[in-house]
Amino acid sequence: MSTSKYETVIGLEVHVELHTKSKIFCGCSTEFGAPPNSHTCPVCLGHPGVLPVLNRQAVDYAMKAAMALNCEVGDVSKFDRKNYFYPDSPKAYQISQFDKPIGENGYIDIEVDGKTKRIGITRLHLEEDAGKLTHIEGGYASLVDFNRVGTPLVEIVSEPEISSPEEARAYLEKLRAIMQYCDVSDVKMEEGSMRCDANISLRPVGQKELGTRAELKNMNSFRGVLRGLEYEQYRQAEILDDGGEVVQETRRWDEAQGKTFSMRSKEEAHDYRYFPDPDLVTIHIDQAWKDRIRASIPELPDARKARYTEQFGLPGYDAEVITTSKALADLFESSLEYTADAKSVSNWIMGDLLGYLNSNGLELTDVKLTGQGLGEMIGLIEKGTISSKIAKTVFKQMLESGKLPQQIVEEQGLVQISDEGAILAIVNEVIADNPASVEDYKAGKEKAIGFLVGQVMKRSKGKANPGLVNKLLVDVLKG
Amino acid sequence: MSIESKDVEHVARLARLNLTDEERELFTEQLSAILKYAEKLNELDTDDVEPTTHVLPLSNVMRDDVVEESLSQEKVFRNAPDEEDGQFKVPAVLE
Amino acid sequence: MTLFDLRLKDLHNQLRNKEISVTDVVNEAFAKIGERDEKIGAYLTLNEEGARAEAARLDDKLASGEDLGLLFGLPVGVKDNMVTEGIRTTCASHFLSNYDPIYNGTVISKLKQADSILIGKLNMDEFAMGGSNESSHFHPVRNPWDFTRVPGGSSGGSAAAVAAGEAYFTLGSDTGGSIRQPASYCGVVGLKPTYGLVSRYGVVAFASSLDQIGPITKNVEDAAHVLQAIAGYDPKDSTSAKVDVPNYASALTGDIAGLRIAVPKEYLEGIDPQVKASVMEALRLLESLGAVWEEVSLPHTEYAVAAYYLLSSSEASSNLSRFDGIRYGVRAEQTGGLLDLYHESRSQGFGPEVKRRIMLGTYALSSGYYDAYYLKALKVRTLIKRDFDQTFEKYDAIVGPTTPTTAFSMGSQVDDPLTMYLNDILTIPVSLAGMPAISVPCGFSQGLPIGLQFIGKAFDESTILRLAHAFEANSDHHKQRPSL
Repeated sequence: MSTSKYETVIGLEVHVELHTKSKIFCGCSTEFGAPPNSHTCPVCLGHPGVLPVLNRQAVDYAMKAAMALNCEVGDVSKFDRKNYFYPDSPKAYQISQFDKPIGENGYIDIEVDGKTKRIGITRLHLEEDAGKLTHIEGGYASLVDFNRVGTPLVEIVSEPEISSPEEARAYLEKLRAIMQYCDVSDVKMEEGSMRCDANISLRPVGQKELGTRAELKNMNSFRGVLRGLEYEQYRQAEILDDGGEVVQETRRWDEAQGKTFSMRSKEEAHDYRYFPDPDLVTIHIDQAWKDRIRASIPELPDARKARYTEQFGLPGYDAEVITTSKALADLFESSLEYTADAKSVSNWIMGDLLGYLNSNGLELTDVKLTGQGLGEMIGLIEKGTISSKIAKTVFKQMLESGKLPQQIVEEQGLVQISDEGAILAIVNEVIADNPASVEDYKAGKEKAIGFLVGQVMKRSKGKANPGLVNKLLVDVLKG
Repeated sequence: MSIESKDVEHVARLARLNLTDEERELFTEQLSAILKYAEKLNELDTDDVEPTTHVLPLSNVMRDDVVEESLSQEKVFRNAPDEEDGQFKVPAVLE
Repeated sequence: MTLFDLRLKDLHNQLRNKEISVTDVVNEAFAKIGERDEKIGAYLTLNEEGARAEAARLDDKLASGEDLGLLFGLPVGVKDNMVTEGIRTTCASHFLSNYDPIYNGTVISKLKQADSILIGKLNMDEFAMGGSNESSHFHPVRNPWDFTRVPGGSSGGSAAAVAAGEAYFTLGSDTGGSIRQPASYCGVVGLKPTYGLVSRYGVVAFASSLDQIGPITKNVEDAAHVLQAIAGYDPKDSTSAKVDVPNYASALTGDIAGLRIAVPKEYLEGIDPQVKASVMEALRLLESLGAVWEEVSLPHTEYAVAAYYLLSSSEASSNLSRFDGIRYGVRAEQTGGLLDLYHESRSQGFGPEVKRRIMLGTYALSSGYYDAYYLKALKVRTLIKRDFDQTFEKYDAIVGPTTPTTAFSMGSQVDDPLTMYLNDILTIPVSLAGMPAISVPCGFSQGLPIGLQFIGKAFDESTILRLAHAFEANSDHHKQRPSL
């Protein structure tokens, strides 16, 4: 492949579910994971005669999201009907926004290769989610669950200013972080509360007009977005290399096969027949409303990152990783109420914590670690109460039980032995039991000391202060 | 503006209607007559006229974010033509 | 004089004084239905068992001496586009012929609250699209004054039932004249309230920006009482207005001296001479009662029908998309996949008039035509509304005929939709402007009733009720009954 001949142009359409308690146009719960169709009513099932009534919280959240993404929020917004037939859309129209979205002309700054790049956001609009289809009978039938219908969504459309799959991923991660910080959504791709479609096209380097684009769907994870776009970039480059033409179409990413497939070959051109929804009235957004929402926006990732490097002296990389997730950043800051060693907190978060979460496929909310626990544990290491090695055991138990380190250490007798007499006794035993190694050491094989230290640690069940063990061994052997 | 048979066919597809040949012919004729009548509107200069979507000047009608009781399963499926495992059943979506 | 010829107040007093029972009143309704409806065809579904049970319950309540509302025990029929839980609601469409509603519309709940008794669901044009009641999937309705004539539409069943004494009062819905026109054709009183005064929650939407529910009664005073019971803000309808509902009956003072009436010259052009003569006579009567009238011009009247059909059909094309055969309604037998299910269910479920309007609306909204048709019509709507607003700066009401002619013959216009649409030329402009209007009987032409329309300012139902009531008190057209 020869993607270097081409410039990749990507635009993303991201749907984020707003975590209101009730749906956008009726009082049904938006709770995830309920039995099929148990959160439905005549309104969200689209029965004859029903009418929508707008959830104020959904508008507040959408405005908050728009402002956090640096969008302009206009004085007037309204809802329109987007007409199309599909079994997951009970009214056969989706209530969405056409010409008066909540927000327009925003941007997100992302980090690429240590440089900041600004990606424009065309618009952010509010709409209702659709239901969920499950295919059965080998694809010959489908089942429809309308629980999700009417969950408020914001659709965030980027400008086609993303130049690589990696940038797309960075954009998505930053977008997710901003939504998390604003506390408007759970933004979980695996639960579908954040979903991403992409438009991708290639053009020869230097060409001005855009190439023919493909619309990519069904990328259900960050990794899926990255791999789907990489695949599509490769596929289009091959077509262009062969002198072919890319077809404008919708393609579906198949995670298992690692490929994209054309979804509809002879798709009828969409004609959504948008028109103002006569069942809903105009939203007038006055300055007081805007001010109230703006005041509710907390410190956002970029600001926190800057503060972490300035206030705590964290390396830029650490600050970037930690602020990508609000939960991580909150944990970081709460740990610092119990220890002053920011770099150490950062090391534990980026090393043991993320390692544990990644290898077990967990989220931070799935473990019981608290800032107090992490902060106090670092304190115990500093005081010499536990060794760094024992700390790893303590840390793992904190993740699983949520207990504070002091309690874990006491309950399990994990306090480091720093009593010279006690350690000396073990040192003497080990020297007596391992004459060969003692001989080796005395013969100048310095490495033998490592084996002996290991034996002492083993007999002390890991609790002996390693520094002291080393010192006493050398003293005795040289003495 | 007159409407042709193929336009009628296209619109019928958008509206998910099958038309018989007679219906298509009849609708082509009738819709043409209605649209021709509607050309009357072009006599009016409306360049500076705002459209009226709502006759009442209502705005900001909203409800609080409060969860209300959903329907029983009996009611959800009382009218369902086809149901399976607590879901509405439809023939293949992708064809 | 039958029980149902009594004024609402008088019937109420007889009930309260236990001169008659609720069961007697309900019996009267079903007796007349049994006797007459086979010919008239006003009802699609009867709630006889439910109504009789409810009557028994209310007779107990009557015996207990509790406070009774004015509509207590009165048999009401409602147009079959109002959703009634547990009672089939069809919109006179094959598609909904098996629809068993899972909730009650707001107006239905209000009637229940008022202890009215729902005796059945009334025939109509399919999905309220039509002006003759001939587009009902089930059967047409015949005009009680002349069985060869249409009762008007789309609330044809609602008007015919009142005229034939098959219900004490009924509710209809009006999108472009669907209450007023059949009331006019059937010689009864029909009121279309201001858009936003009565909740639309639970009325199957035809054109959401135009639909309003209103009463059909034998006289103006009764219409005021029924309106009182159904009007008011509803949090379930975002387009319902938060206005104080006045006491309508108290406006019926009989005193109309000094009220200023505008008579649009456009409303008197090209109408049946008999209709015009009756209207002129009515104006003289109003004048003799102290009102003053002047001819005015509503210059955009002639554009209303075109704008209306584009707008109402556009909204309808979207509103009726939910009828897809997935969650309710008649799903057609089909052998193909999903697309086949949609196409077959909808093609078999809808009649020709409904299809025609869906087609027109879909076309008007489709890519490339939106500006020329839909947007243009919205702008013309502004001009039409402006005509009314300007007139109401100087006048208290507008008066004219409700329809250009009396009821036409069944079958005479079925093949000519455009001519049919033009029957609504005098009711449609009011609908587009959202104003209230009432039609009252003002004469007869060859044995067929003529209707007089009073149009008021938004939310000023009181003034048109007062005018119509004063007119009625000094005439006897409303007392005429068809010989059945």
